[in-house]
Amino acid sequence: MKAVKFDYKRPATIDEACCLLAGDHNARILAGGQSLIPMLSMRLSRPSLLVDIAHIAELTQFIETDHHIEIGAMVRQAVAQVNPLVKTHIPLLAKALEYVGHLPTRARGTIGGSIAHADPSAEIALVAITLNAEITYQDGEDDVVFDASDFFIGPMLTLAPPSGCLVRTGFPKAPAICGTGFHEVAPRRSDYALASAAAQISASVDGRIEKIDVGVGSVGDFPERLKVDALLTSDLGDDTISQVLHAAMADIETVEDLHASAAYRKRVATELAIRAVRDALNEIKKGTRQ
Amino acid sequence: MNDVSIKINGELVTAMVEPRLTMLDFLRDVAGLKGTHAGCEHGVCGACTILYDGNAVRSCLMLAVQVDGQEITTIEGIGGNFERSGELGIIQDAFCEAHGLQCGYCTPGMVLAAEALLAKTPSPSEDNVRDAISGNICRCTGYVQIVDAIMLAAQRLGNRNDMLLPNHPSTQQDK
Amino acid sequence: MAEKTYKFISQPRRAVEDRRFVAGRGKFVADLDRPGMLHVAPLASHYPAAIINKIDVTAALAMPGVVDVITGAEISAAIQPLINGLDTPNVRRFPLAVGRVRYAGEWVCAVVAESRAIAEDALEKIIVDAAAQPFVLDAEEALLSTSPPVHPEHGSNLLLDKKFVWGAVDDDFALAKHNLSFSVTWGRNSTVPIETFGVVAEWNGWDQILDIWASVQMPKYSDQISRCLGLAGNAVRVHYDIDVGGSYGVKRGIKHATLIGYIARKLGRPVRFIEDRLENMRAGDAHGPERKFDVTMAFEDDGTIRSMKMRALDNAGAYAGRAPFQLGKPIGAIVGPYQINSVSYHALSVTSNKTVQEAVRGFGQAPTNYAIETAMDRVANFLKMDRLVLRQHNLIRADQFPYLIPSGSTYDSGDYHTVIDKVLNAADYSALVATRDRLRTEGMMAGIGVAACLEPSGGNSSFEPLLNEANKTSTWMESCQVNVDALGNVIARIHTTSSGQGHDTLVSTVLGEVLQIDPDKIRVTRPNSLESLPGNSPVGSRMAIMLGGAAARAAEKLKLKIVAIAAHCLGFDADKLVYSGGDVLAPDGSKHSWLDAVELAHRQFHNLPEGMDPGLASFDIMQVPTGDALPVDGKVQMYPCYSFEFHLVLVAFDPVIGRPEIRSYTIGHDCGTVINPAIVSGMTYGGIAHGIGATLFEEFAYDANGQLMTQSFLDYLMPSSHEVPPIEIVKHCTPSPHTVFGQKGSGESGYLGAPAAISGAINDAVAALDIHFEKLPIRMSAISDAISNKLA
Repeated sequence: MKAVKFDYKRPATIDEACCLLAGDHNARILAGGQSLIPMLSMRLSRPSLLVDIAHIAELTQFIETDHHIEIGAMVRQAVAQVNPLVKTHIPLLAKALEYVGHLPTRARGTIGGSIAHADPSAEIALVAITLNAEITYQDGEDDVVFDASDFFIGPMLTLAPPSGCLVRTGFPKAPAICGTGFHEVAPRRSDYALASAAAQISASVDGRIEKIDVGVGSVGDFPERLKVDALLTSDLGDDTISQVLHAAMADIETVEDLHASAAYRKRVATELAIRAVRDALNEIKKGTRQ
Repeated sequence: MNDVSIKINGELVTAMVEPRLTMLDFLRDVAGLKGTHAGCEHGVCGACTILYDGNAVRSCLMLAVQVDGQEITTIEGIGGNFERSGELGIIQDAFCEAHGLQCGYCTPGMVLAAEALLAKTPSPSEDNVRDAISGNICRCTGYVQIVDAIMLAAQRLGNRNDMLLPNHPSTQQDK
Repeated sequence: MAEKTYKFISQPRRAVEDRRFVAGRGKFVADLDRPGMLHVAPLASHYPAAIINKIDVTAALAMPGVVDVITGAEISAAIQPLINGLDTPNVRRFPLAVGRVRYAGEWVCAVVAESRAIAEDALEKIIVDAAAQPFVLDAEEALLSTSPPVHPEHGSNLLLDKKFVWGAVDDDFALAKHNLSFSVTWGRNSTVPIETFGVVAEWNGWDQILDIWASVQMPKYSDQISRCLGLAGNAVRVHYDIDVGGSYGVKRGIKHATLIGYIARKLGRPVRFIEDRLENMRAGDAHGPERKFDVTMAFEDDGTIRSMKMRALDNAGAYAGRAPFQLGKPIGAIVGPYQINSVSYHALSVTSNKTVQEAVRGFGQAPTNYAIETAMDRVANFLKMDRLVLRQHNLIRADQFPYLIPSGSTYDSGDYHTVIDKVLNAADYSALVATRDRLRTEGMMAGIGVAACLEPSGGNSSFEPLLNEANKTSTWMESCQVNVDALGNVIARIHTTSSGQGHDTLVSTVLGEVLQIDPDKIRVTRPNSLESLPGNSPVGSRMAIMLGGAAARAAEKLKLKIVAIAAHCLGFDADKLVYSGGDVLAPDGSKHSWLDAVELAHRQFHNLPEGMDPGLASFDIMQVPTGDALPVDGKVQMYPCYSFEFHLVLVAFDPVIGRPEIRSYTIGHDCGTVINPAIVSGMTYGGIAHGIGATLFEEFAYDANGQLMTQSFLDYLMPSSHEVPPIEIVKHCTPSPHTVFGQKGSGESGYLGAPAAISGAINDAVAALDIHFEKLPIRMSAISDAISNKLA
């Protein structure tokens, strides 16, 4: 199980990385390598050049803006997991990161790598879609920004520019009063999920629910946001939540494989979404986040 | 071919390698360190675990060129000066005491996962231990005696640290 | 029988092997670097069945670093087919496909190159012109005359079709008030050691010796290689000092070794082949049984089981190997621990276009136990009887041993009721039931599973002559040599590789016990096959019995010699002397020490008794106890010793998620006298973990196109530390009358009952919904789907 031959370059700047990518259409970016290297070893990926972005200092930063926490593409998942900005402002991501792989793969795997790899069961992509994060690529000298809800177009398929380098992902900062929930199920605790769900709910100071974001992952070609607007004007009782989420899941196409039937994925994603919404509401009620 | 130099267990190893060479193969075939084992070569089993930046990581999911200019620790860098004396580190000794192994193939990875855990979490719960080794598959033991071994090691490491404190009975007696 | 106390046996003692492993200093086959060594990569067939028209290797051979490409045509002209245990001469197998491929992944040809990476590069340049053929995957389908035979020369897919009737089955069925039929299927899984199979071969033309280093656990390995390659037996040197990174039965590697041995001899250079994980999964020929059972039980109102009819259909994969024999071994415990008056057994093995099956932990016993225990659960449900009570009612009682079962084996000893009582106590059974019921009221699905199983041990090969009349093998020995050097230190030699069983610890403990010396001062070595006495490797839970037995017997011979020397020297009759701690004591208080004996044996021939040879050495070649006869009328004594295990499990899961969590696991284990407690416990825990995998996760699953879907560890899911719960072992000891210390085997423990118990717990959890899961593994999706369908 040995990779095909390729060249390796270690640029120091994003510009340099973009140059290398532009110069070889069969080049690929190497970030943490936790998904790419197995594909190389199995010869499922056959690049002519690997552009290792691990030494571009800019890509390892966390930047707080008015509305976002921007996480550099090369930030390791384990680093993000304990980062105070993430804990404070992206609690949903903090929760989701606990489910990503194992300690050893989180130590190497990156936030950007997971987004760019676009595995349908990836927790980080699910959070990005649920919160509608901004995904910024540099292509040549231009920045290209995608809404996460548009970015993923199929299993391992995105709108990323072929010669672009993912620079950062901007996750919207959670409002002051906010609750989150994240659930996934897998045959073994750390496997690729058979179904996953994320929810973030925010409220005004007087306790009125203002925004509900719910997404499900691992069920189809990519994670999807659910249409749950009806919840905003509802009583938010258990029955209502269940009804709205069943309705929201009704049109979601789910896939079948050896490990789970399509019906299972739909049933369980719905159930997990319900649980995630309830968790989020409970957090608000308990004031866990305040 | 690329030039790489990597500090392994404190010693610099320099070689010309193909970029496609994994760190696992570099350790085994270039550096001649056979304690790091190939189990799956696709990042699932943990037999190839090494320490990098204090974390247990999978050497089959790293290219040697990625590690150029950096430092890692393998099982050969753990414990006492066993090359001459056969002296084991406390964690290794606890694995022997609890028989936390059978065939020994996953064992270096398990020991390193335990090293990484106990360096950060000196008094782990059993859940912490199970989490820390959950990325290392063992087919012999059912993990029970591995968990026992790591808990025993934590206890012994804790006792050792206690003994370094000035008020510990063992140091009192010496006075 | 009262339990005897020992100084070293059964005492906590560190395994001597562990030190090198925790330091990363094991000596595994992949650690070998031979000068000038070449590397091999095999080309895997994409087709599940195809006729090979032409293989074009020109471009591959032209690549720098490529040394040779071996095809099936070449090797089949040069060597003999691999050994086939059955009388099916037209089911021929060579290391590489010859003219036809029979499963996806089968090796079509092999590239030999300066590095493994170059060899893999070259694989991509080989052009195979092949014509796809119809194929068959399902065993029932393979039986049909309309199905394509995997080996057209053989004429059908049937490898083995044996019907046994032991006792008055028809009468018992006619008399019994009830009968009940069901089917269950044991999914195709394996032990999947973390070290793949590997072999290094080197031909030494000057000595005319083929050296083989292999991660192998295989009886008569060097014999088989010699026969295939047309070499004299003493021209193949298998090195037993290789550490094997787990095996649990499957590391047989005979096709690997013959291929690599052939290449090494042809090219005159050391050659290495270490399977990568994909090769191991799809073409390591190491899948386990895939077996469908159709069972009918005859029983009375009070739960008394009268008789059982069992049809077992096993999917052997593309070639015969030893796989069909895995239907034979369970005959030795075909009634489990129960008194069942008569049994009919129809054993069928078929070829299919799947990967070849090999021996797996228990050699077919775990699937059979799963079928028997499912039967007990079904009968209990039918009678609305408690499952435990039904079992206790039918169990063989302690006062009935030795107990002859209908198929001809006599169980040596046991106390099944006591073991079960101890487990129920330890686990607080009534509290466990209360917990289950409470979980149910909380909306969880919860169930308790029980399994009472036997582990036949002391492995021999009685199933070979039983299933193949042409085979007259009754001998299945193991050997040990002991030598005391001129300084008085003890060296023992054992003649097999080890794959985690702790044989060095076993032998040093036994020798220490018999010779009454410190086991830690005994050196155990594992020489090569040319320097070894005959043996049959650690198969069939046999080494505590056989290697432990041979070591004890060799030590006794040595002791006799030491006493004889002392008797001569001290002027007493030997029977007046007492051997104590290595010294020999006389009634008058005089002493002949260990070192005195060493001095005389090594340096003072003139002071030795007349006719005694010098030196202090002994050896023993021990035949398996009770292995003294060939089968008669379809009956045979299978293995000598029968260990017992009783599993009690509480499983709970959410009805929607369907993910079974083991909330409580207790196992009662009676394997007679335990040599090393930590080693035995470790194997039991490991066996249970493997059983959890077989029940919930692990399967070599094929899609409709004949492609293996679980080739990597991303899809073949093995339990991690999260999935194996804390396990309580409740120990009991009923010594075996057949062994030196009363020991029985334990290498397969845990695995033999865990799938029955865990699946029983899941079925208990869904019993109220009238759901029965009839196939392993039981995936969480299937659980949730079944519940959802019932509730819809």
